[in-house]
Amino acid sequence: MVELAVNLFDDAPRHELAVAALKAEARNLNFHYGGFHALKDISLPVYDHSITALIGPSGCGKSTFLRCFNRMHDLYPGNRYQGEIVLYPDNVDILAPSVDPIEVRMRISMVFQKPNPFPKSIFENVAYGLKVRGITRRDEVEAKVEEALRGAALWNEVKDRLHDLASNLSGGQQQRLCIARALAIDPELVLFDEPTSALDPIATASIEELMLELKERVAILIVTHNMQQAARVSDHTAFLYMGEVIEFNDTKKLFTMPDKKQTEDYITGRFG
Amino acid sequence: MLNPGRSRSRRLRERLIETLLFLAAASSVAITFAIVFILVKEALPLFREVPLASFLTDRQWTPLFDDAHFGIMTLIAGTATTTAVALAVAIPMGTVIAIYLSEFASFRLRETIKPILELLGAVPTVVFGYFALLVVTPLLQKLYPDLPGFNMLSAGLVMGVMIIPYVSSVSEDAMRAVPMHLREGSYAMGATRLQTAVRVVMPAAFSGLAAAYILGISRAVGETMIVAIAAGMQPNFTVNPLEPAATISAFIVQVCLGDLPHDSLGYKTIFAAGLTLMLFTLVFNILGYWLRKRFREIY
Amino acid sequence: MTPAPTANLRKLIARHRLREQLFTIIGLLALLIGLLVLLGLFTQLAVTGAPRLTPEFFTSFPSRIAEKAGILSAWVGSLLVMLVTACTAIPLGVAAGVYLEEYAPKNWLTAIIEINVMNLAGVPSIIYGLLALGLFVYQFGFGQSILSAGLTLALLILPIVIVATREALRAVPGSIREAAYALGATRWQMVSHHVVPYSAGGIMTGVIIGLSRAIGETAPIITIGALTFIAFLPTPPVTGEFPFLSFQWLKNPFTVLPIQMFNWTSRPEEAFQLNAAAAGVVLLVMTLAMNALAIWLRYRIRRKIKW
Repeated sequence: MVELAVNLFDDAPRHELAVAALKAEARNLNFHYGGFHALKDISLPVYDHSITALIGPSGCGKSTFLRCFNRMHDLYPGNRYQGEIVLYPDNVDILAPSVDPIEVRMRISMVFQKPNPFPKSIFENVAYGLKVRGITRRDEVEAKVEEALRGAALWNEVKDRLHDLASNLSGGQQQRLCIARALAIDPELVLFDEPTSALDPIATASIEELMLELKERVAILIVTHNMQQAARVSDHTAFLYMGEVIEFNDTKKLFTMPDKKQTEDYITGRFG
Repeated sequence: MLNPGRSRSRRLRERLIETLLFLAAASSVAITFAIVFILVKEALPLFREVPLASFLTDRQWTPLFDDAHFGIMTLIAGTATTTAVALAVAIPMGTVIAIYLSEFASFRLRETIKPILELLGAVPTVVFGYFALLVVTPLLQKLYPDLPGFNMLSAGLVMGVMIIPYVSSVSEDAMRAVPMHLREGSYAMGATRLQTAVRVVMPAAFSGLAAAYILGISRAVGETMIVAIAAGMQPNFTVNPLEPAATISAFIVQVCLGDLPHDSLGYKTIFAAGLTLMLFTLVFNILGYWLRKRFREIY
Repeated sequence: MTPAPTANLRKLIARHRLREQLFTIIGLLALLIGLLVLLGLFTQLAVTGAPRLTPEFFTSFPSRIAEKAGILSAWVGSLLVMLVTACTAIPLGVAAGVYLEEYAPKNWLTAIIEINVMNLAGVPSIIYGLLALGLFVYQFGFGQSILSAGLTLALLILPIVIVATREALRAVPGSIREAAYALGATRWQMVSHHVVPYSAGGIMTGVIIGLSRAIGETAPIITIGALTFIAFLPTPPVTGEFPFLSFQWLKNPFTVLPIQMFNWTSRPEEAFQLNAAAAGVVLLVMTLAMNALAIWLRYRIRRKIKW
């Protein structure tokens, strides 16, 4: 994993894809948990075929923002969105009340902080999203499961025990299984919510490597509390503080020459 | 100021108290031993007169007749039939209510319903027996005029209603214990609440659900007053719920209602019946205990 | 890359949604049916029993004439039996709970006691009746008395009291125990001055629930041979002459409310079934009131105490 080690001043062109099309865009997004104004007027682009990282101190709203993209907040009462998140290419506001959150979640999948495989077999875990989408033809399901497991760099480790319980896998393998599960439904955007915070450094490195491969296929939005991780993997980074976007920039720019004093204070460890 | 004499007497007092408390706790074990001892001791003389083989295989239970038969299967058939009717009501209803409360209902509805369910679990069974005999049976007779006044169907149905709170409350606890992040994993794949409940939450709570069902079975098998009042107390080898029949517990009540001299044949038979009942509930208790322990350990 | 959701997928989601809504209705219906059936049954009981619920019903002995029969001996019997049950089950159950929670070492003996308490909670009540018949009535020679009945029900609710006591003690944080020890308290002083008083509310909740269960129990009382036709009251516990207290009542034959109700329910004459309904209302109101009290108590404790 040496090549992934921190090298913030690497001059290699990292952002050939930065000019790629927009995949999604938050426009003046406000979010309330009951009486608490958690996100304040956030506008932020998410580019296709690239990784956008959200950093900031605990409680700054980065996870809350991430969970707006697949309408997870709809599951709990008392949450309220204002503003829009537009998904391209078809230009729909996924927060509009007329849009079914289930349809959104079928297009935008998510990997959670703690690996959360279902108490089922490895195969069934990956096939779950297909089942939910009504795909039941055995050969089609098998092909998709294999493709997803390969995509998550897990196939070689589990191909002989697809029908074992997922809970028997190691933490890192479980998280890659959750990534495979998210990939199986051919998402357009994958949300990662601190995907490595429960993992050891070796497992973390393999997940990071995987994300770099995945961005060839999908757009990625990742929340991380680990600034080195943001610097290692992302193309763009947004710094959030107290529910607001303080700065959004190319990752290299943000970590080397931030525009804002607050950003600089945060990345140099003066607070947060 | 340290006073060695006072310190010694204090230690002595502490030891004494601890011993007394231990005896109180150990008394619960003594109760179990007493139950087993009394049941075996009082039932044993019966097995000197009746071979175990005929106890288990005879298809008649007429211990107080001149032509005495001691086929416990007759009473087991009655118990199994009323239990089956009760479970046919309690398991589907209890499970649906548990899923609804755990996965669909608002916090406020759940917090209102749970104490009500708990209250219903406290209704004396003799009151349910009254309902079965004097309300439900007449209603059923309107639908099916040939139904006898004593029948296992009505007793089983009412028993099922009685057991719903137990089944739904333990099932609901088991499903609530499934961590939220598993549900979120399912929702994030585009699953509906129902799909999440059936495909993710229920499999995850499986052993807890099984424990709830076993608790229901154990209650139904041991339940006495509803069947004694509404199913009739005459032994009848049948599994047809439309007929009257005695369960193990109802037979014990029937014998005890009469004059019961110590060491009479009737006296011995109720202990043999009780021993059989105890064995059944013991098996279900152990199974339920094991399952509950398992579902606590998963998370 | 997949295209945006097709019409087919939309149809599938709509179908899933429909099923979900259907289940919401089924779930609500199951809940309502369950509650309405019970509400209907209780209403029927109340309406049937209401005409009999006169003051005389509570002050009359059972009688061959249904209209004149009352529950005097039954409720007095229930009260006295509960007195014996409470006096036995509360000290024994609380002591056992305290031992298991505060004293017991983690060893096989403790494990056996714990499993045993769980198991006792699942033993059918009629089995306790058989135990009492063999042990109290014949072995100890207590006869078919208030004492036998009270002890039987005490054994029956012992697991409830033990479990409730343990749960209440467990809610007291360890820091309180350490604070008491730090001031030089012995273990018993820590338990009796602090932990038990602080958890008294929770213990009370369990005791009330246990007693409400005992007051409605019928089967074990039938088994020990409670008489159903009792037209007299037990010897009064307080006498006019020295030593002013009499325990003669413990040995008296008796009847209790659920037995009286069972007896009336089993009679073919409809007039007696009205009495059964009236007795049922009394029994139901008593048990539900006790349980409501316990639930309210628990709710209050939860709100009041913030460790």
